[in-house]
Amino acid sequence: MKNRTKLPNIYLGVILVLMYLPILLVIIYSFNQSKISSVWEGFSLKWYTELFRDASLLQALINSLVLAAASSLNAAVIGTLAAVGMLKVNLRSKGVIEYISTLPIMIPEIILGMVFLVFFSLIGLPFGMTTLIIAHTAFCIPYVYMLVKARLVGLDKSLGEAAKDLGAGELRVFLDITLPLILPAIVSGMLLAFAMSMDDVVISIFVTGVNTNTLPIKIYTQLKTGVTPKINALCTILFAVTVLMGLLSGWLGKINTQKKTVLEENR
Amino acid sequence: MNDIILQLQQIEKRFGDTKVLDGIDLSIKQGEFITMLGSSGCGKTTTLRIIAGLETPDSGRVLLEGRDVTNEEPNKRNVNTVFQNYALFPHMSVESNIGYSLRLKHIDKATIKKTVAEALDMVQLSGYEKRMPGELSGGQRQRVAIARALVNKPKVLLLDEPLGALDLQLRHQMQTELKRLQKRLGLTFIYITHDQEEALNMSDRIAVMREGQFEQIGTPEQVYDMPLTSYVARFVGSANILSGNVSAIDEQSVAFNCQGVTVFAARRDAPISIGQTVTMAVRSEKINLTPQGAGETGLHAVVTEKSFSGGVLHIIVTLDDGSELVSSRHGIDSPLAAGDSVTVSWKPENAVLVDL
Amino acid sequence: MKLDDTPVPLPWQRREKRFSHNGKFILTVLPLYIFTLAFVAGPLVYMFILSFLQRAEVWGVIGKFTLKNYTDILDPVYLKTFWESIKLAVLTTALTILIGYPFGYFMAKLSAKWKSRMMLFLMIPFWTSSLIRLYGWIIIFRANGPLDKALMFLHITDAPLKLLYTYAAVVVGMVYALVPFMIFSVYSSAEKLDWSLIEAARDLGANPMQAFLTVSLKLTLPGLLSGVVLTFIPSMGLFFIADILGGNKVVLVGNVIQEQLMKAHNWPFAAALAVVLTILTSVMIYLYRRLAKVKDLEGLV
Repeated sequence: MKNRTKLPNIYLGVILVLMYLPILLVIIYSFNQSKISSVWEGFSLKWYTELFRDASLLQALINSLVLAAASSLNAAVIGTLAAVGMLKVNLRSKGVIEYISTLPIMIPEIILGMVFLVFFSLIGLPFGMTTLIIAHTAFCIPYVYMLVKARLVGLDKSLGEAAKDLGAGELRVFLDITLPLILPAIVSGMLLAFAMSMDDVVISIFVTGVNTNTLPIKIYTQLKTGVTPKINALCTILFAVTVLMGLLSGWLGKINTQKKTVLEENR
Repeated sequence: MNDIILQLQQIEKRFGDTKVLDGIDLSIKQGEFITMLGSSGCGKTTTLRIIAGLETPDSGRVLLEGRDVTNEEPNKRNVNTVFQNYALFPHMSVESNIGYSLRLKHIDKATIKKTVAEALDMVQLSGYEKRMPGELSGGQRQRVAIARALVNKPKVLLLDEPLGALDLQLRHQMQTELKRLQKRLGLTFIYITHDQEEALNMSDRIAVMREGQFEQIGTPEQVYDMPLTSYVARFVGSANILSGNVSAIDEQSVAFNCQGVTVFAARRDAPISIGQTVTMAVRSEKINLTPQGAGETGLHAVVTEKSFSGGVLHIIVTLDDGSELVSSRHGIDSPLAAGDSVTVSWKPENAVLVDL
Repeated sequence: MKLDDTPVPLPWQRREKRFSHNGKFILTVLPLYIFTLAFVAGPLVYMFILSFLQRAEVWGVIGKFTLKNYTDILDPVYLKTFWESIKLAVLTTALTILIGYPFGYFMAKLSAKWKSRMMLFLMIPFWTSSLIRLYGWIIIFRANGPLDKALMFLHITDAPLKLLYTYAAVVVGMVYALVPFMIFSVYSSAEKLDWSLIEAARDLGANPMQAFLTVSLKLTLPGLLSGVVLTFIPSMGLFFIADILGGNKVVLVGNVIQEQLMKAHNWPFAAALAVVLTILTSVMIYLYRRLAKVKDLEGLV
C-alpha cells in the first residue's frame, strides 16, 4: 500500500528535476569564469557586468518589453470588449469570426509568421515595431478572449439581472458588476499573452525589420552562430524575474484562497 | 379608489417552439401575499421575470398601478426581486450590496448608511455591514437579499423560491419571519414556490399554475378544500382521484357508479346530468378503511403497503381495477396488514367533484 | 380606472427596440471584427491566393494562375520532408503522452496544497523563454558536456557521445518544449474527475487496471486528445528546435517553408507548402472535435 502511493510522487519529482535541469545548467554556467561553457574555471560575475555594457542586447530587451506590453494591452482591450459583446449580440457571422480570431494560436506558428510576412509586404507596411505589434496582437487576443469568455459564461447571470432590478442601466451593470468579476480573467489573460509575446521567436523572425531586434531573435541568432556567456547571464536574470513573478502571483492567490478557506471553516 | 396594484393581461410567451405562458390574467391587490404554485417548468418563474422586466412577453400587458410597463427596462420599474440563488454581488460587502440601489440614485452617503443600518436591523443582521457574501451562511445571505430588495421601497416584491436552498428547520423559521415582515410593511409580495405546504402556510391567495396557465386562483382554504381540477387536488395535498357515471342527483350529493359500486360526492354549482362521466377527488385523510365484511359499503380493495412518515401512517390499497388509493391517519400503526381485504369509504361531503 | 388608454406596441416597434439593443453591443465587438478580418482572415486568404500564382524571375510574384506550386510538392524531396515531419510529430506526440499523461494524472490526485505548488513548479519553466531552456539542452548535449562527463564517470560510455546535432537531440528538445501542454490538458481533465467513480468501479469488481481503462482513461480522454492536438500541431512547425539542436541534419516542413521564404524567395511555393500544412492541421482539429465532442481545446489557456 505504501509503495503504491509513493511511486507516483517519485515520478512527479523525477520529471520536475528533468524539467529544471537545463535551466539550472544555464544558471550555473552564467557564473563561469571561462569563455568556453563546457569548462568550469571558477566563480565570476564578469558576464553580468559585460551584459550591462552590451547596448544592443539591452536594446533588444527593451524592444521585447515594449512589444509584449503593447500587444498584451491591445489584446486585453480588444479581447475583453469582444468577449463581453459576443455574448450579447445576435449576429450570424459571430461563430465564424470567433473561429478565425482563434486561428493564430491553432495553426503552426511558422504559417502565421509567413502569412504576415507576405501580407505586410503586399500592403507595403514597413517591417519593424508596427508589424511586430500587429502580429503579436493577433496571437495575444485569443488568450484574453478565451479566458474572459470562460469567466463570463461561468458568471451567474442573475447577478447582472439583480443589478438591473435594483435600478442599474446596461453600462452601470458592466462597470459595477461584470468588470470587477472578470478582472482576474483579464489580468491572467494579459499575463499569459505577455509571456507568449516575450517568448516568441518564430513569428518575430518573419515580421521584424532589419534594425528591430527582439530578445528572442537576438538569442536565437547567437545560438546559431556562437554563444557568448553573456547570454547565460541574461537568461539567469530573466529566469529570476520569472520566478519572482510566479511566486508573487502564487502568493497573491494563496492569500486569497487562505482567506476563503478560513472563512468557510468559520461558517 | 382602486387598490389593484398589479395586473397581468393575456400574457403570452414562447421560447422557441414551446409556449411557456398561454394567455394568463391576474390581478393583485395592494398588500396582498400571493403565491404562484406549480411544478418546475410550469411558467411561474417566467411570469415573475416578466413582472420584473427581465423578460418581455410576446403579447399581453403588465400594468403597475394602472400604468403599462410591459416594455419598460427593469431598472425603470419600481419592482424588486429576491432571486432564487440570492444573486448577492460577491465582490461587494453586505453594506455595499444593500446600498447599491441607493448609490445608483446618488443619495448622500450618510442617508445610505442610515438606511442600510435600518434594513439590516429589519432582517436582524445588525453589525454585519462589513462582511462579504462569501462569509455568510445560507440563511444570512437570504436575509441580505431581502434587505437589498426592500431598501428601494418597491411597490411589489417578487420572491423566486427564496427558501429553496435552506434546510427544513430554517425554512419554517424564515416562512414565519417573511410573513411577519410582509404584514408589518404592508407590502405586496409575489412569491414563487413548488412547495404546497409553504404556499398554504404563507399566502393570502394561491395561484396554481400548470403548463403556462392558472388552474385555480383562490385562498388557501378554497384551493385546499375545493379544488377545481384533479391537478389541483393532486398537487395541493395529494388527493385520490376516482371517476364514474352519474346515477342519481339530489340537493347535496351526487351518486355515481365506480367500478360497479355506487359512491357519493358533494354536489357543486356546475350543472350536472344523469349518465354524465364525473371525476371526484377525496383527500387521503378522509378515506376510511374497514375490514371486509364489517358491514360498511364501499369499494373493494386489498392493502398493499404501509409506510410511516412525519407522524402520519399511509396505507396504500389496490382497487379491483388495479389503481391505487392512499389512506392516511395519525398514529404509528393500524391493525390492517398487507394482503387484507378492505372496504374503502368516505363521507359524501368530503368528496369533491373536479374537472379532469 | 381606464386601462385601455395605454397603447399596445406594434410588433415592428418591438423589433426596432431589439435591434437598437443589438446595435449598442456591436460597437464592442467591432474592434475584433475589424482586426480579425484585416489581419487574420485577410493574410490567410492572401496566402491561399498566392499559392496559385507564379513566382517572378528574381523577386516577387506574377499574377498568373498555376498549379505548379502544388505539383512541385509532389517532388520526392518535399514529400519526404512532409513524411519526416509527420514522423517526428507522431514520435514527439507519443513521447509527450507517455511522459505527460501520468504526470497530469498523478498531479490531479495530489492534495489541494500540493496541486497549487505543482502548478507553480510547472509554470516557472513554462514561462521561462523556450530559447533559454533550449540552450540548457545545448550545454547538456555538447561534446564533453555534463551528460558525457556523467556517463563517462559512471563508466557507461568511455568516449563523448556527440549527442548535439542528432535526431535524438531534436526529439528531446521537442518533447521538452511540448510536454507542459500535454500535462496541463490532462490535468485539467483529470482534476474534474470524480474519484469515487473509480472506487465504484473497483467496488463493482474491476481490478485497478480495468478501473483505470474503463473509467479514468475514458473520462480524461478529452484532455488527452486536446493534449495531442496541442503537441502535434506545433511540432510540425517548430523549425527552430530542429535548427538549433539538429544542425542541418533534420529538415522539417517548417525549415523548408522558412528557407523558401527567406533564402530562395519563392513565396508562392512556400504558400503552397503552408496551405497543405494548414489543411493537415485543420483535419487534426476537426478529428479532435468529432472525437472529443467539445469545441474549445481543454487546458489551452
